Amino acid sequence: MTNPLDASRRRSLAQLSALSLASISPWALRQAAAQTPLTIGVIYVGPRDDFGYNQAQAATAAEMKKLPGVKVVEEENVPETAAVTKTMTGMIKQDGAKLLFPTSFGYFDPYMLAMAAKEPAVRFSHCGGMWTEGKHPKNTGSYFGYIDECQYLNGVIAGHMSKSKKLGFVAAKPIPQVLRNINAFTMGARSVDPKITTTVIFTGEWSMPVKEAEATNSLADQGVDVFTMHVDSPKVIVETAAKRGKMVCGYHVSQAKLAPAAYLTGAEWNWSTAYKTIIDAAQAGKPHPNFLRGGLKEGYVKMSPYGAMVSDAAKTMADGIKAKMIAGSFDIFVGGLKSNAGAVVVPKTLKQTDPELEKMNYLVEGVVGSV
Amino acid sequence: MHKNAVDALLPVAALIGALLLFGLFVWLGGVSPVETWVLLFKGAFGDWFSWQNTLTRAAPLMLTALCVALPARAGLIIIGGEGALVLGGLAAAALPYLTPLPGNLVGTTLLCLAGFAAGAAWIALAGALRQYRGVNETISSLLLAYTAIAIFKQLVEGPMRDPATLNKPSTRTLEEAIRIGGILGSDVHWGFVIGVVACVALGLWLALTARGFSVRVVGGNPRTAQLVGLPASALILLACGLGGGCAGLAGAIEVAAVHTNANASLIAGYGYAGILVSFIARHSPFAIVPVAILFGGFGAAGSLLQRRLGLPDASVQVLQGIAFVLILASEALRGVDWKAAGERFRRSMQPREVPLSSTVKPT
Repeated sequence: MTNPLDASRRRSLAQLSALSLASISPWALRQAAAQTPLTIGVIYVGPRDDFGYNQAQAATAAEMKKLPGVKVVEEENVPETAAVTKTMTGMIKQDGAKLLFPTSFGYFDPYMLAMAAKEPAVRFSHCGGMWTEGKHPKNTGSYFGYIDECQYLNGVIAGHMSKSKKLGFVAAKPIPQVLRNINAFTMGARSVDPKITTTVIFTGEWSMPVKEAEATNSLADQGVDVFTMHVDSPKVIVETAAKRGKMVCGYHVSQAKLAPAAYLTGAEWNWSTAYKTIIDAAQAGKPHPNFLRGGLKEGYVKMSPYGAMVSDAAKTMADGIKAKMIAGSFDIFVGGLKSNAGAVVVPKTLKQTDPELEKMNYLVEGVVGSV
Repeated sequence: MHKNAVDALLPVAALIGALLLFGLFVWLGGVSPVETWVLLFKGAFGDWFSWQNTLTRAAPLMLTALCVALPARAGLIIIGGEGALVLGGLAAAALPYLTPLPGNLVGTTLLCLAGFAAGAAWIALAGALRQYRGVNETISSLLLAYTAIAIFKQLVEGPMRDPATLNKPSTRTLEEAIRIGGILGSDVHWGFVIGVVACVALGLWLALTARGFSVRVVGGNPRTAQLVGLPASALILLACGLGGGCAGLAGAIEVAAVHTNANASLIAGYGYAGILVSFIARHSPFAIVPVAILFGGFGAAGSLLQRRLGLPDASVQVLQGIAFVLILASEALRGVDWKAAGERFRRSMQPREVPLSSTVKPT
């Protein structure tokens, strides 16, 4: 028979000794610190359920909530103004956040950089910014994915499925990240049939549903039968194209639910790889990962499952290229590549990691449109 | 005196009503209304941090609200303040391209003047179209706002683009020395003070000066104004110019205090939010100050509500919607003689003698 008093005394003794052990061992201390949850703040420029850019981030944030020792606070529809400065300060001061993910491109400079200088104990991870060693603070960093790989595969599928040989691309702005996707998509399609062209329309806005619908309709009128896009929320384009009886390749997240009969496949972000790396480093007290980039191989991007209508020939070819991309033996921007104005724009083959690709300012042969 | 107190309490009562309704709304969604109310207050006015948050958000709204209020006092409904704001911001960012600026207060003042001039010209254009060509100013100012945004983008993404800004086309960044900083080390920038000063100064101008009075006469009845020999068109253009100038100034301040250059993020809807602020303030420049602060408070509180309770951003817009509808509706109660209304109500409750003939059905 055990005396309950005795047992409790023994337990408190054990606790006491554990406490004294903890105080002398930095390892134990770190363990204790890990038990107070790490609060991370995620900031979105649009709504969390936009079937696009913000949803891709929000889905990952929801996944991170399930990690042990992680607390997530979120705010959506935060414009790239003083409002984001206030949101970041609020997350740090009111919620005790130690790691922030300001996910919109425009948050980087000046807002996030200024905040990072003021709050050196807080880590900041930005999506897509060009973090530069020596120029930007060590407690900041950026993550991004080579989603042009998926857009290339989108192009391969689109090239197989198109009957009119005319593809359509509804794009926001003629900036490097967007041009890279248009070019990769076009090259993927032209690897199937060099007669294929991609007509591009720039709406000038990251989110402007009216113009996106107009652009989709006008492209459909011109005979385009497969669409893809690079805007914040592809919802309207996918729905409009499906209504017109055309096919689509998605972007950011899967829009298959919106148009199951029209959705061929899609280029999706897979941010959990990057988020986990960054959160692990913060929990373990390791240096902040400043520059994270990856493609299919690293698990930063992924393809939507193929729609039922995609032909076997298309699947086989796309899967073959995908395997090569994952093995690292496939280059999209090969030497001798010409712009649609006829000039050689890529004299020597460029690897995905080449910073030259982040400065892209041309459309390749086969694209109908101008920057 | 007693009547004034009732009138002043009307918007407060409307706000309380809105909070109660919003409490019911979140309660239906399974969130504790009490916790929501506490967080709303804490987020907007709970401590110094919240106050800074609220005031920072309020700063641009005061100036864009003036862009609606001043023309409204002259009888025009201008809703294109967004256009004046972006052009004001563009002008401020463009000035260093044209001429080197002194790196001190003079340089900052010149930036602000450039913004003011651009905004003033834009809204005066809408006023002139109405006075001289008979174009409806509400429609023309709105369409001019789209034109202004198109001009802004064309220049920022074209000739004025800083080639170093790859994925976010922007103009060249303003030098640190000519930017606008925080007030005494706080996060609230001097744009807030400029906004308050502008509201008070223009309020006094309308109330006390002969020119301000003339503007109000024109707004009250342009025919009468012309009959007594007031230059109606000139006064309307003046009101439009001053209002547009304020919105342009807001753009310049946003560029100099927040964005540090002109880029598409400047188009954040402050011009449109200003319409709401001005209407709630009944186009009184003095009332714009508290209304803008209330609006800023909603923004700040909404931020905390999202982070703490996981409510979507739309829920705060619901609160804002309820609040503003109730405030506007409460205007209908202004000047009501409550004693007489009570008497009427009491009488209506008493049983009335009903003429016999009406109760008997003819057979």
